[in-house]
Amino acid sequence: MGVKMSRGRRTLLFMTVPSILLVLVFSYLPIFGWVYTFFDYRIGYRLLNCEFVGLDNLIYAFSDPYIMTVILNTLIISVLGLSGLPLAGIIAILLSEVRGKKFKKVVQTVITVPNFISWIIIYSIMFSLFSNDGMLTVVFRQMTGNMDSTTTLLTNLGTAKLFMVMTNIWKTVGYNSIIFFAAITGIDSQLYDAASVDGAGRWQKIWHITIPGLLPTFITLLIISVGGILNNGFEQYYVFVNPMIQRNIEVVDYYVYRIGMLQNDITVSTAVSMVKSFISVVLVFGVNRLSKTLLGQSIM
Amino acid sequence: MGKRKISGGEFVFQVCMVILFSLLFLSCAYPFYYVFIASISNPEAANRAMITFYPLQPTLDNYRQVLRLNGMSKAFVVSLSRTVIGTAVTMFFTSILAYTLTKRELPLRRLFYSIAIVSMYINAGLIPWYLTMRMIGLKDNFFVYILPYAVSAYCMILIKTYMESVSAGIEESAMIDGAGYFLIFWKIIIPICKPVLAAVIVFTAVGQWNQWTDNLLLVNNMDLRTMQMILMEYLNQATNIANQARTGGAGAISGSAISPFTIRMTITMVVTVPILVVYPFMQKYFISGIMIGSIKG
Repeated sequence: MGVKMSRGRRTLLFMTVPSILLVLVFSYLPIFGWVYTFFDYRIGYRLLNCEFVGLDNLIYAFSDPYIMTVILNTLIISVLGLSGLPLAGIIAILLSEVRGKKFKKVVQTVITVPNFISWIIIYSIMFSLFSNDGMLTVVFRQMTGNMDSTTTLLTNLGTAKLFMVMTNIWKTVGYNSIIFFAAITGIDSQLYDAASVDGAGRWQKIWHITIPGLLPTFITLLIISVGGILNNGFEQYYVFVNPMIQRNIEVVDYYVYRIGMLQNDITVSTAVSMVKSFISVVLVFGVNRLSKTLLGQSIM
Repeated sequence: MGKRKISGGEFVFQVCMVILFSLLFLSCAYPFYYVFIASISNPEAANRAMITFYPLQPTLDNYRQVLRLNGMSKAFVVSLSRTVIGTAVTMFFTSILAYTLTKRELPLRRLFYSIAIVSMYINAGLIPWYLTMRMIGLKDNFFVYILPYAVSAYCMILIKTYMESVSAGIEESAMIDGAGYFLIFWKIIIPICKPVLAAVIVFTAVGQWNQWTDNLLLVNNMDLRTMQMILMEYLNQATNIANQARTGGAGAISGSAISPFTIRMTITMVVTVPILVVYPFMQKYFISGIMIGSIKG
């Protein structure tokens, strides 16, 4: 660098470099793995000994008609999942109208718990309730008098997507509602007082004060969700997938795992995740710019 | 609280809300309660009758059995170690980065900051990540549970924001006394930042305890198996048995003897309880964490 550094600046640099190195190794180094896509790579071979094939693997990966099913599943599940946001907002608004302080606190506490539980535990619970011998499955069959049925929520192809969406909403809605709850607390209470003086009722106050007050939070969360529309996450699908419903719930994150780790097709799996990463980054920066121009606020 | 007069409409509204939120409450609380009562039920009784609202012939036998299960105590030690060591390592590297990034004197500060922030938005993908971990020797290595999480950009922002909000005056006076940056960081900044660090510690620890994909993808060594993975193995077994039963396999009956339902529920309980124990501490930090996070996240 040539410039002589003071002792203090050098100390600061020494303190920073290890952390930055860790970031480089674990977040940036894997990106070089994308080169595998451009070679005819087989496990056990050295990359240098493999033939350079250009975009062949990429084209091959996306010429498989099944990938369209996977992408469609991903988009449908993500879009349906967006309904969790207004739901969280409604829960927050209604809960803030409840009078019992203790009751409010207990409800808030309990509905947030599922967000902090791993998908394995959630699957374990769902399995105990909804599998063929599951408690709720049996109760439901007794109620409908349909004891010979073998369909369960875990294996029903038709409702599989919806079940994934509902489970995810169940897991996250409580936590999201806390975000809205915090936003409601931030609304100027004078607005409500003034509205009361003018004779506004509960619903009028909610409609004219609370909802407009929550809109920025809602839009921020919506934008973040849109940016992550291709990220359904791998964990939920890993635990819930089974041959009966795979076709309808296989999403990109799971597909990349199945192709890469279970079928050892490294090049195709890498190609798909590379394209996914590109689209995700473009989406994130795109929606951020959109939010800047439309709302005047950056979310990043 | 003085008694206020409640109008008829208001009364109806409050009753409706209580019913609505009680249902929501139950949808979250009952599943956990169900796991609990199943875990303290007698296995044979649970096979004969359905558990619904109360345990059948309550017993702690399931817990005794689970603790004796092969590999269970080892997995508990692994899970606990990764949680404790992982959290400590994350705290150290993340907070030190947060601190130096607040210093204008740091050379290349903007570059370092960008490197950290952009890392949140890029994702090489599963296979490139897997191959990299294998290349640097983290396959079947305990440190694969620790090092990849050493710097959390998200937590770094939380800590940095907090550090910037606390007064710089104390620090300057320490500087005059001749203390170096590291000493100031360690002796002055860390104690001041206790509230935000406590929040980040709890969230990191819960994340570590819940993490299992690294185990699934990169660790085959049985000695390094985590609690989550053990539960997953029992679930796979149960799922396979259920699928066999569907396709009319005769093996279904003998299969159910392999891992009774109550044992599965007990393991679920053992994996869940640590989260529920730290949960009250965590809740304190929700709002503050969320508020900073939702603005900057």
